[in-house]
Amino acid sequence: MKEIYLDNNATTKVDELVFEEMRPYFCDLYGNPSSMHFFGGQVQKKVDEARARVASLLGALPDEIVFTACGTESDNAAIRSALEVFPEKRHIITTRVEHPAVLTQCRNLSRRGYRVTELNVDGEGQLDLKELEAALDDDTAIVSIMYANNETGVIFPVEEAAKMVKAKGAIFHTDAVQAVGKIPLNMAESAIDLLSISGHKLHAPKGVGVLYVRRGTPFRPLLVGGHQERGRRAGTENTASIIAMGKACELAQKHMDDENTRVLAMRDRLQAELTAAIPNTRINGGGTSRLPNTLSIAMEFVEGEGVLLLLSEKGICASSGSACTSGSLEPSHVLRAMGVPFTCAHGSIRFSLSRFTTDEEIDAVVRELPPIIRRLREMSPFGREFLDKK
Amino acid sequence: MWDYTDKVKEHFLNPRNVGEIVDADAVGEVGSLACGDALKLFIKLDEKKERIVDAKFQTFGCGSAIASSSALTEMVKGKTLDEALQVTNQQIADFLGGLPEEKMHCSVMGQEALEVAIAKYRGVDAPVHGHDHEAMEGELVCKCFGLTDVFLKKVIASNKLHTAEQVTHFTKAGGACGGCIPRIKELIAEVMGEEKKAVATQRPSKLTNLKKMQLIQETLENEIRPQLWADGGDLELIDIDGATVQVAFRKACAGCASSGHTAKFVQEKLREMVSEDIVVQEVQG
Repeated sequence: MKEIYLDNNATTKVDELVFEEMRPYFCDLYGNPSSMHFFGGQVQKKVDEARARVASLLGALPDEIVFTACGTESDNAAIRSALEVFPEKRHIITTRVEHPAVLTQCRNLSRRGYRVTELNVDGEGQLDLKELEAALDDDTAIVSIMYANNETGVIFPVEEAAKMVKAKGAIFHTDAVQAVGKIPLNMAESAIDLLSISGHKLHAPKGVGVLYVRRGTPFRPLLVGGHQERGRRAGTENTASIIAMGKACELAQKHMDDENTRVLAMRDRLQAELTAAIPNTRINGGGTSRLPNTLSIAMEFVEGEGVLLLLSEKGICASSGSACTSGSLEPSHVLRAMGVPFTCAHGSIRFSLSRFTTDEEIDAVVRELPPIIRRLREMSPFGREFLDKK
Repeated sequence: MWDYTDKVKEHFLNPRNVGEIVDADAVGEVGSLACGDALKLFIKLDEKKERIVDAKFQTFGCGSAIASSSALTEMVKGKTLDEALQVTNQQIADFLGGLPEEKMHCSVMGQEALEVAIAKYRGVDAPVHGHDHEAMEGELVCKCFGLTDVFLKKVIASNKLHTAEQVTHFTKAGGACGGCIPRIKELIAEVMGEEKKAVATQRPSKLTNLKKMQLIQETLENEIRPQLWADGGDLELIDIDGATVQVAFRKACAGCASSGHTAKFVQEKLREMVSEDIVVQEVQG
């Protein structure tokens, strides 16, 4: 069965061009970039090129790019660094809807004596910056607010937030794992200090990430024991994946318009046709700015796991904020923070597109999903009451 | 992806007996939309009102909830009501070739619905179980999912559960805010304690100091630390002075809000296995 892959916020296909770019750096050009000989030196040049490509996508300077092993490492390094930079400050601000890479760390820190403020979101999943302003004080070491939410695609006003945070003398970090490559960013005109990226969300392989560190922002490394990455991240470079990351960023820059026109149009069509074909739905975050590739649709009286399993039978890969898929027992922390009504919090499905998504794939979802929902509602005691009323 | 057996998948994709029985003799309803799963079970008896001739269900829930409901209806057909009451949640899971432990609560829900249906038919008080708030008796332990100590102790005992995580997997208790997890651990200790009383105590009658210290160490290593590891915690033995045992908590146990409960658990276990007069002290070290 050929997969219809609409789960690109979970991970993406490695672009064939990216794979070709990294391929020689395993068996042939395996030198260590730190070596004095020509064999390592040529790899160093490719790593430098990759750094420049990542910087170009972000509107950053090459020496502001630190390669890491994943987005989670970048998030962890950012928060740990700020706390070391300001040992006397004991307050952290984040949001209730962060990725666990940030949220779990903050919650662990709160058990070690740090004061953690988690900003709320409204029914659309959007932040209120007045709440940030009220929470900021001289004790605040770092504020970590994601650029865009992975479940709903909601884009946060991070630039305004960063300015407010800088004015208070704290460090501003953003987990931009879902945003980079989908919407344009320009660090040259930004107040953001630290920004996390993950390779596998933008058609590079798994196992490589980036932490952007603004020039002049004080930084303490998480990993020590080597001079690599100018002492900001010790450990021999994952050369092939770093080179892949550079290529992926170059391609993302090239396809940025496509992402915001053709991919956006497909997402909007999927949303319009599903809402027309399935009664009692709502779009999570539909009333605010969203990433062009993400659709989170909540359907009443069904449970997400059943929907995903039946979609999977048809080859369609999606994801859900449902409790039952994750092994936890509550709907996702994002949907709960948004106050999505419990009648449909369990039945939220996320479709996330990429530049490899086709119109035929969208057609397949529009064809297959409505009968699945009808079938599950007929099977559900609540769905039946609802169908009987109609 | 869940590691569902082929039989679970088959019963999810082709569920048996979906629907309702308009003239059902017994109907049992458990769960709610808010909880994330719910089951309505319909039972039809033969003319003598002895045997179950038909069973149907409506389920809101995940794949394994639907498969468990389907399995339940297949299992009870042809049984008398007393025979049906003997069906355990483990049998429902076994019928499906097993369920992932995180999904065992689906089988518990099936067994609950059956109990409620039969109790209602017989006009007796519905058995105490989690989701039926009106019929609830006992102390409310898990406020998120509305589960009582009586219900939890029953599930702990019948499925021989020994960690809070397992109790969450089987009943959902503690799976949301987590506030009741210390209380769940106490309930496990109570159930284990009750069971231990049933069998003869293994505790030796007279111990030399040296033997006592050895036994304390063995109990910590073999009985207590593995349980703490299961919850991501650990402890270190600092000192033994007569009957006083000093321990320091490590990993998840260190600074854990419920370490007081954990210390009590350690003490209970040492008293049971070593000597009645053991006192456990938590120290920083």
